[in-house]
Amino acid sequence: MMAEFSPRTDTSTDGDTDDKAMGFNNGQSHGLVVSDASDKSRDQKTLRRLAQNREAARKSRLRKKAYVQQLESSRMKLSQLEQELQRARQQGIFISSSGEQSQSTSGNGASSFHVEYARWLEEQNRRITELREAVSSHAADGELRVIVDGAVAHYEDIFRIKGDAAKADVFHILSGMWKTPAERCFLWLGGFRSSELLKLLITQLEPLTEQQLLAINNLQQTSQQAEDALSQGMDALQQSLAETLAGSIGPSGNVANYMGQMAMAMGKLGTLEGFIRQVRLYIITHTRDWLWQLATILSLFFFFTVLPTAEADNLRQQTLQQMHRILTTRQSARALIAINDYFSRLRALSSLWLARPRE
Amino acid sequence: MDRVTHLASKKAAVIFTKSSCCMCHSIKTLFYELGASPEIHEVDQDADMEKALQRLGCNPAIPAVFIGGKYVGSARDVISLHVDGSLKQKLIEAKAIWF
Repeated sequence: MMAEFSPRTDTSTDGDTDDKAMGFNNGQSHGLVVSDASDKSRDQKTLRRLAQNREAARKSRLRKKAYVQQLESSRMKLSQLEQELQRARQQGIFISSSGEQSQSTSGNGASSFHVEYARWLEEQNRRITELREAVSSHAADGELRVIVDGAVAHYEDIFRIKGDAAKADVFHILSGMWKTPAERCFLWLGGFRSSELLKLLITQLEPLTEQQLLAINNLQQTSQQAEDALSQGMDALQQSLAETLAGSIGPSGNVANYMGQMAMAMGKLGTLEGFIRQVRLYIITHTRDWLWQLATILSLFFFFTVLPTAEADNLRQQTLQQMHRILTTRQSARALIAINDYFSRLRALSSLWLARPRE
Repeated sequence: MDRVTHLASKKAAVIFTKSSCCMCHSIKTLFYELGASPEIHEVDQDADMEKALQRLGCNPAIPAVFIGGKYVGSARDVISLHVDGSLKQKLIEAKAIWF
């Protein structure tokens, strides 16, 4: 009968099973040999002690197992955090309690861009100050023109610097982490919206001739149209990525097809080194097959995101140049000052925000 | 090459694209915003067409924009022309749009 309920009790004499350790008083099924009365009580005490020891040992083993599992999962979390930190450092984000923004010490691409950008800003501020003085002191047109042309040429410098930085790490440029928080709010494809700047300038540049007003309005409109078109192109890129991800994870994925298309289109950018660098960045951390596919797709996406970003910068450049063609020297000077003031105010706002009192 | 020239002259505005090309999408959008109805030729499956475009001097080959049968340029060229106002002018001249 006993055998039906607990088959092991019949075969096991060692008693090292959970049922037994629970202290079931079924001593008779153990098949114990009982001697005289005093021996019996001593044996029973011993047996009880042994049973309790076994129970304690079992519980200790379970606790140890739980502790080791906890250690394992903490170790995994730690390595994940280390990876995130590494990634953040690569983007030049300084992790500090003051929430201050980017001064990475690791001397890589992103941080060298930050240094170059800071230097450019300083030079820009100097030129604008010079421009302001020239305008308020009613400098001669010829002299003003020289200063204005210099400031415009300097503006073009940043597009070149940005372009190089984008080829190395387009996502850093797109993230806007190299700009202050308030500027980031208005970020579009890694920079400002020319159409918005032009709207601002129309009010600041009065008086404008009828012809100028018409031209500036047209420029504002065409800029907006081009911006919308580029935004849609960017959306299409993200959409195709999403579709590819949905369809390509797993053994039946069409990754090869996607990669083939991209590789063919890639020729126009002509930076094989950059492509390999981006892919390597991801496969280092991924060893499993489908993760490798995912990594490859993502790296291709990041790589191709350079295209709309580059075109957005080109649009900014073209719009600024066109604006200067429409305006007189003095108007251009005032426009450059106004643009600089606008961004200065945004940066001042960011400083206030970053310095806000926190618990 | 003849095929490209032939297709390019059939409509006032013709664009050769590829489904995987995001700049093609931008340029198409721009044309639609202007009210033009360009004829779109996707060359995903047509390697010969793409080579023909390259031979014609289109660089990058995709997107290749033709207005009034003449090659106008690729994505960046079109955006530049749009900014200085000449894209609209060319479209009006080719009667792709009227205003």
